[in-house]
Amino acid sequence: MITTLGPAQFLLLAQGLAWTLALSAIGFALGGLGGLVIALARSSGLKWLEGLAAFFIEVFRGTPLLLQLFIVYYGVGLLDLSVSPWMAVSIALMLHASAFLGEIWRGSIEAIPAGQTEAALALGIHYATRMRYIILPQALKISVPATIGFLVQLVKGTSLAAIIGFTELSRTGTLLSNITYRPLLIFGIVGLAYFAVCWPLSRLGRAMERRLTPAART
Amino acid sequence: MPGTEEPAILMEGVDKYYGAFQALKSVNFRVASGERIVLCGPSGSGKSTLVRCINRLETVQRGRIVVDGTELTAGRKAVDAVRRDVGMVFQQFNLFPHMTVLQNCMLAPIKVRGARREEARETAMRLLARVQIQEQANKYPAQLSGGQQQRVAIARALCMSPRIMLFDEPTSALDPEMVKEVLDTMIGLAAESVTMVCVTHEMGFARAVANRVVFMADGEIVEEAPPDEFFSAPKHRRTQAFLGQLLKH
Repeated sequence: MITTLGPAQFLLLAQGLAWTLALSAIGFALGGLGGLVIALARSSGLKWLEGLAAFFIEVFRGTPLLLQLFIVYYGVGLLDLSVSPWMAVSIALMLHASAFLGEIWRGSIEAIPAGQTEAALALGIHYATRMRYIILPQALKISVPATIGFLVQLVKGTSLAAIIGFTELSRTGTLLSNITYRPLLIFGIVGLAYFAVCWPLSRLGRAMERRLTPAART
Repeated sequence: MPGTEEPAILMEGVDKYYGAFQALKSVNFRVASGERIVLCGPSGSGKSTLVRCINRLETVQRGRIVVDGTELTAGRKAVDAVRRDVGMVFQQFNLFPHMTVLQNCMLAPIKVRGARREEARETAMRLLARVQIQEQANKYPAQLSGGQQQRVAIARALCMSPRIMLFDEPTSALDPEMVKEVLDTMIGLAAESVTMVCVTHEMGFARAVANRVVFMADGEIVEEAPPDEFFSAPKHRRTQAFLGQLLKH
């Protein structure tokens, strides 16, 4: 039986889109926390900690997200823990985003002139206060365009969650195309939905880049 | 003046290396409390390095450094104690660009000294008034001229009530017309009992405020003398050559 494309099918697509957005949000939120830890470790000045963080970054940037999803999903399964696809995907996205955001933010932290740290040290300001009030506010500001660029990648990357049975936007598209036999139409709509999310983000990134550039002059 | 009481700054046999390059060669340096020192010398002579060792922005390989009675070691306690007592002004100002002038001045008193906000604000406004920049308190550093920024940097350091002030070429990055306002501020500061060590090539400033001029070359202190003597009768050949260079223009 061939199903036609009606309101019910659009509702499914909307649900798929909602899952995609939820996955992106959770990946970004958890990855943001992890990325901050990685960036701080990577620029800590402690050799062993920097090495550890560098290793983490290289592993997760140097392997496909798809592989990371598989390994987390089946790997955690091996530990005899029952792990929902939801949990597995969240963990994998978090690790993935932590590595990328950590590297982006490390670069931003290191771009802050040494004079800022020296001025803080001369005033007797310790590490935590220095990071919280002096270095990170400046570093995060200059990292905004690259961070949003990665967020766009992440939104599209969540489509890989379909592989382990997670019914987000892409998988919803696959299912619908199987029952409607209108793959081109369905995937056209799916593509438009991704575009509708990512394009405004890209625009936002570019707008912020423009807004931040004049502030960089002295 | 120097001699009897405990010195504000004491350096004994200090060696400092950057890799294989020796920046300080067995430096002995003593500053009495309340004394005002001008450090000069050709670029690369180690004068900035010497000043940066005093609050441990640089570590040394050998020798002793005692600041206000605290032996400067790797220990966090000693470093904290010294930095609490020592203010520093940099060539490039190093103001925090994302904070207003007032916030720049309030951060350390609140976070390091545990001052209350109101108290920190009051102190900051008083010191900003003293460097005559109180009406810019709510502006950001980028909105100010270089001379104004450097005066803010001086006020920011003073907000921590330091007993020793270090100046590392405070006027070298300024346009010529702004040098005077910064030097005037520093001369005003010299009228108080703050101990000052100032790396500068402003010889007029040295004549006006220094108790002693210290000349460095190749990582060594070559000559030190009161300004009159230093400028009129330099003893060492390298000092003569250096002063000759300055006066040629």
